[in-house]
Amino acid sequence: MESTTAAFRENTAKALGDAKLRDALSKLTDGFPASRREAIARLPEFDALRDAARDIKDHVLANLDFYLESFEARVVEAGGTVHWCRTAAEARTAILRTCKTAGAKTVTKGKSMIGEEIAINEHLEEHGIEPVETDLGEYIIQLRHEPPSHIIAPAIHLSKEQVADTFRDKHRHLSPGRSLDEPRALLDEARGELRRKFIGADVGLTGANMLIAETGSIVLVTNEGNADLTYSIPRVHIVIASLEKIVPTLEDATTILRVLARSATGQEMSVYTTFCTGPKRQDDLDGPDEFHVVLLDNGRTGMLGGEFHEMLRCIRCGACLNHCPVYKAIGGHAYGWVYSGPMGAVLIPGLIGLEEAGHLPNASTLCGKCEDVCPMRIPLPRMLRTWRRRQFERRQTSYPSRAGLRAWSLIARRPWLYRLGADIVVAVLAALGRARGRFRWLPLAGGWTQLRDLPAPEEGGTFISRYHLGEHGDGA
Amino acid sequence: MIGSSATEPITVGLFVTCLVDLMRPTVGFATVKLLRDAGCKVSVPKAQTCCGQPAYNSGDNPDTRAIAEKVIEAFEGFDYVVAPSGSCAGMIKHHYPSLFANDPEMRPRAVALAGRTFELVSFLADVLKVENLEAAYDGIATYHDSCSSLREMGVKEQPRALLAQVKGMTLTEAPESETCCGFGGLFCVKYPDISGRMVDAKVDDIIATSADTLLSGDLGCLMNIAGRLHRRGSNIRVRHIAEVLAGMTNRPPLGEPVEKEKPRKEAG
Amino acid sequence: MSDARNDILGAVKAALKQAGGAGKADTTTVVSASQRLGDPRANLIPARGRLGAKARVDLFIREAEQASATVARVSSLSGVPREVARFLAKNNLPMTLKVAPGIAEPAIPWTRETLLSVDEGRADGSESASVSRAFAGIAETGTLVMLSGSDNPTTLNFLPPTHVVVISASEITGDYEESWSQLREKGQEGRFMPRAVNWITGPSRTADIEQTLLMGAHGPQRLHIVIVDEETPAP
Repeated sequence: MESTTAAFRENTAKALGDAKLRDALSKLTDGFPASRREAIARLPEFDALRDAARDIKDHVLANLDFYLESFEARVVEAGGTVHWCRTAAEARTAILRTCKTAGAKTVTKGKSMIGEEIAINEHLEEHGIEPVETDLGEYIIQLRHEPPSHIIAPAIHLSKEQVADTFRDKHRHLSPGRSLDEPRALLDEARGELRRKFIGADVGLTGANMLIAETGSIVLVTNEGNADLTYSIPRVHIVIASLEKIVPTLEDATTILRVLARSATGQEMSVYTTFCTGPKRQDDLDGPDEFHVVLLDNGRTGMLGGEFHEMLRCIRCGACLNHCPVYKAIGGHAYGWVYSGPMGAVLIPGLIGLEEAGHLPNASTLCGKCEDVCPMRIPLPRMLRTWRRRQFERRQTSYPSRAGLRAWSLIARRPWLYRLGADIVVAVLAALGRARGRFRWLPLAGGWTQLRDLPAPEEGGTFISRYHLGEHGDGA
Repeated sequence: MIGSSATEPITVGLFVTCLVDLMRPTVGFATVKLLRDAGCKVSVPKAQTCCGQPAYNSGDNPDTRAIAEKVIEAFEGFDYVVAPSGSCAGMIKHHYPSLFANDPEMRPRAVALAGRTFELVSFLADVLKVENLEAAYDGIATYHDSCSSLREMGVKEQPRALLAQVKGMTLTEAPESETCCGFGGLFCVKYPDISGRMVDAKVDDIIATSADTLLSGDLGCLMNIAGRLHRRGSNIRVRHIAEVLAGMTNRPPLGEPVEKEKPRKEAG
Repeated sequence: MSDARNDILGAVKAALKQAGGAGKADTTTVVSASQRLGDPRANLIPARGRLGAKARVDLFIREAEQASATVARVSSLSGVPREVARFLAKNNLPMTLKVAPGIAEPAIPWTRETLLSVDEGRADGSESASVSRAFAGIAETGTLVMLSGSDNPTTLNFLPPTHVVVISASEITGDYEESWSQLREKGQEGRFMPRAVNWITGPSRTADIEQTLLMGAHGPQRLHIVIVDEETPAP
């Protein structure tokens, strides 16, 4: 997926001007958080489960080599194959090779953020293989050649009219008289189209919510059941997952599942949670003949043990997006790549470069809501600050910002200079603002006064000066 | 604990914050009054400037450390350090220690200061256990939970409990009182359009409560929200919570001229 | 690819070794990693499911209905065909069924219900309704635990628009952990996992178009659970 992250300002301006997007985002950021609150209110152990989930992942990361090797051994015992891949390119190659060996023409796909991360669809298309996204939202954006705008609700930015237009444009057999006015009609149309694809596919490609070291199982969580049709019908099942998805045992996976859906959609549990272990067994009437796991690093080992270590705990629930006031204002596409929201602002610079993604860690008030709702208690604001620090260290912070900071810091370190400057500036501004009590415009304050008035300072001088002159205040 | 004996008054160093110092000295005077009324011996070190947050949030750690060292030096020797701001208190309490994580000389001093530092409202409620405020305020107020106060300093019930002691005031809750107002320090000038959308949502939420007064514990948020309220033509009065708790509301509300306040008071 | 394997594991080890000094090493559990795999332990289990048998079944029903499943109770396996026929008739659905081999005749006397046309095997997408057997029910969230196998093909869970699941009341456990323990006891030598374990909580759904919740996205639009109250050994 080509990134448009560098054009963040343009993306943002576009998003802010889109009234339909605004309605969709407002619905999303009301709906999911409200459901989450209700689910949590029903489960008194929720916060303790968050602690347990965090501890599981911390333990895994501290023993990651052991668990990866164990997972691999169990997959092989169950008759599967593990493909270790250092980079996105290696993963694309491994997937393509497996598809070609299987003689695949059509690949059905369960929604996978790693699939987006490595741009597997484009790669398969280039080599004459048709990838078909089967998650409804993902299918719609695939038809439109758009990136997901939310990690669990990828087509959240579209209206039903836009979806109808997309289907009329892409589904050639559709009769012009067919009504596509209601979401139900749109779903039925997509379901019918995708049924044919499920039945005819040669390979099913899914992501994995977790990998279980104890059993070599992969865990898939959906509400639609599309992932289950993706792995249970074709001859070959390929799983693409990054290293950090591993958990030790079924019990550990269970603990994380207890916080996943509740954090994501506010469901007690998603409709379908599937544990796949190897290919079809001898007497099985269905299931794939081959089971492949593509284990991808793509920067994860570089995060391990470093300042972004805790980000490897992320389970991609989307709670940080749903609760982020910045995400609510601009939506997912403004971030310009496959991830978005606070988790995206932390992940993207590491994956496509800080140069390209420099805006993302800065476009945050560090309000802390994301960390507050994160089921894995990831310190997202701290990591956004870490990126800012690295930008500053690499002199990627803009010159006016650097100069301004320098000046402020020179003053702030010298109380006498600060006092002198403060008394003069405050006296001038207070005099100028006396009549109205505020300013509609001030030189150098355009960023502020574009949308807001600036309150004028109180008359009489700074607090420190007045206090040390013996004043007690309230002398209006 | 130092200063906890019955005879010795608690000594408090007031970190007034640069915004209060420059923009709204009344908040500083109100803070001094509240602390003194509760029996504290208050000092205001002259050597204070800024907590260093603009530099810190811009990734400029060396300058932040230089500023922080000055703050640490200026505020050693008090039983407590109190700031009328969750944001600046949070900076000292949570971020100073991590800034000096690798500095064996400064780290213990930063940790010690962090341990003594409080946001004003929680200090009044949790430490001083203030119960019989003598303040009165005629109006319906709504309280905005600033992000730092709420999430870094654990301030939620304390301002409500204190405001319940203010005679004549009705407190009404805004559904989104915990949502960020879009200030974010330099964020609001770096990304004015995003910040603008956020503050508009905040202003909508406040206006929908029918409150005539907005209160909060952080002047940054208040300036942002007041600025937008004014631009949209609202006459909701905006004040720092300390002004109301201390009964120091003779000065016009934030962003209002001195002359304008009088007729409204007569009318109301 | 073995180069990649070595590189990745090497990078992991190097990163962890370096982090050990920086305090990122494991301090969260005293159980070593290999012990943890050898003797899997439950973590915190919510109290919700810890109930007596009757209350547990009641909770299971409430939670399943909350997740938009429908639930019926019959007194014995021989009562299942009549209940299924009733359910299909009530919903104006065709009286044809694909049933899992494990609960075909004679395990359940389908032929007694003459209105029903019953076939056994896996699903291929042409069926209107299927019946399969749950391994367990989880009261905590009204979740069914389905195991794949020759007696219980996975496709029956997902392809037909109507899915009926038969479960004995005694198979309803309080929490997921209990069903994992039962599964481990059932298998031999660590090979206890069938190819697919499917937890199913309500019928298929999507809210991908304008956040409108719709049932029957790709999987079944209806999930009907038939609880058999009589003590019956698992087939």
